[in-house]
Amino acid sequence: MSNILGNSISRRKLITTGLAAAAGVAGLATAERVAKSYGLIPPDDGGIWGVGETLTYATQRMLMAHHSMAREFGRSEISKAIPVSGDPPTKGPYPEMLSSGFKGWRLPIDGLVARPSSFSVDQLKAMPVRSQITHQACEEGWSFIAEWHGVQLSDVLNLVGVSSKAKFVVVYAYDGVWDSLDLADAYHPQTFLTYALNGDDLSASHGAPLRLRVARQLGYKSVKFLSRITLVDSLKNVGDGKGSISPAYGYSWYAGI
Amino acid sequence: MADLTYIPEVALQADEAQTVPRPPLLVRFTHWTFTLSFFGLVVSGFAIILSHPHFYWGETGNILTPPLFSLPLPTMLGGPSGWGRSLHFQSAWLAVLSGLLYIVSGVLSKHFRRELMPAASDLSWSSIRNCVADHLHFKRSGLAAEEHYNVLQRLSYLGIVFVVFPFTILSGFAMSPSITSVFPWMVEFFGGHQTARTIHFFLANLLVLFLVVHVAMIVLAGFTSRMMAMITGRPAAPKETR
Repeated sequence: MSNILGNSISRRKLITTGLAAAAGVAGLATAERVAKSYGLIPPDDGGIWGVGETLTYATQRMLMAHHSMAREFGRSEISKAIPVSGDPPTKGPYPEMLSSGFKGWRLPIDGLVARPSSFSVDQLKAMPVRSQITHQACEEGWSFIAEWHGVQLSDVLNLVGVSSKAKFVVVYAYDGVWDSLDLADAYHPQTFLTYALNGDDLSASHGAPLRLRVARQLGYKSVKFLSRITLVDSLKNVGDGKGSISPAYGYSWYAGI
Repeated sequence: MADLTYIPEVALQADEAQTVPRPPLLVRFTHWTFTLSFFGLVVSGFAIILSHPHFYWGETGNILTPPLFSLPLPTMLGGPSGWGRSLHFQSAWLAVLSGLLYIVSGVLSKHFRRELMPAASDLSWSSIRNCVADHLHFKRSGLAAEEHYNVLQRLSYLGIVFVVFPFTILSGFAMSPSITSVFPWMVEFFGGHQTARTIHFFLANLLVLFLVVHVAMIVLAGFTSRMMAMITGRPAAPKETR
């Protein structure tokens, strides 16, 4: 009697557990499909940290659906000195461009755009000048406040005419760094192509002649020494497919933390 | 449902439940998922500090500004903070989700009200002083009394769950450039990014101190019996010599 009872309970348990597991797997699969269609999955969603990366990126993207603005400060709060992390490249074309004052330097923008173009520093300076006094934190923990001058990336993107198929803006730099932004950050009003820091032209150590500034992410996302921008619909075939050089060094693609 | 009451073990458990408070399943489950996440957070927090073991007060701070204090640790760049950050945030998710589950179930099951809210009579100065004095004299209150949390335990658990952890999480959020773009008050509350970072470090130390005391108390109260209680929900037979 108790045997029969025991069997029937375990069978019932087995069936409910099985159903619950199936529902869980189906639920997760649906959640992933929905998240993917809304662009809530980061390119570095694999591996042991993929769960955390995805939860953080998806949650923050939903929180920041509207263009939330990074805090801006007064001139009196600008840091007296700014540490440098990452020296200017000593190999490749960079040293010669630096010594010539970036005379022949141009920034090509290509990929999924209607009018692939390239811009000189003077052409960028002729566009509407934007400025921001924002806080920049390094992933290591230190931080500073500085005033940046440049053009809004969205102004440049609108000039070249971004295809409706494009999903990411990939940036390349002369020091071998490459990274990418989703369109939410690329079109954000505080995402700049900067050419001046605290009123002076960018020095080589701060990323001359042009540096990306992404106010809602950590410092390493503000790529220095820009060499090229390209628009893509997927990051799968760019580099190792993880959206940035950072994951190769153990750091997240998404740096909004 | 009715047929279940004929199973002897179940009937026995139901009897026990009326005399000895046992940690409910959700409390036990979240206790251990939280333990796992807490170790992840402490180890990874330390790894992150290694990339910049200096602390500041105010909005900004870096190697060109005087620190509030520095830890006597080597600076290790480009290494531990990479996996450290990934482990920290993944553990933080586990901690927050476990914590939410614990708090929601604790409110619904009246765990907080019954097990953790001190009785009004226990909140008197003399009652707290007596409890502190008993602790200082290593005086045990006897088996029956130890089945329930005393006023010091209640106050420290409530303080950790509802004050220290929320402020630790808040000071963590205050360091995120994207979260503070949505909720600037989170960093303004602390008076700046670097102040939030320093307070986050102090609160983490307080939590580690709590863990040390918590484990020491478990050892004093009978390690095996307390561990069994938190794993199976049934305390091992109280046969410890006292």
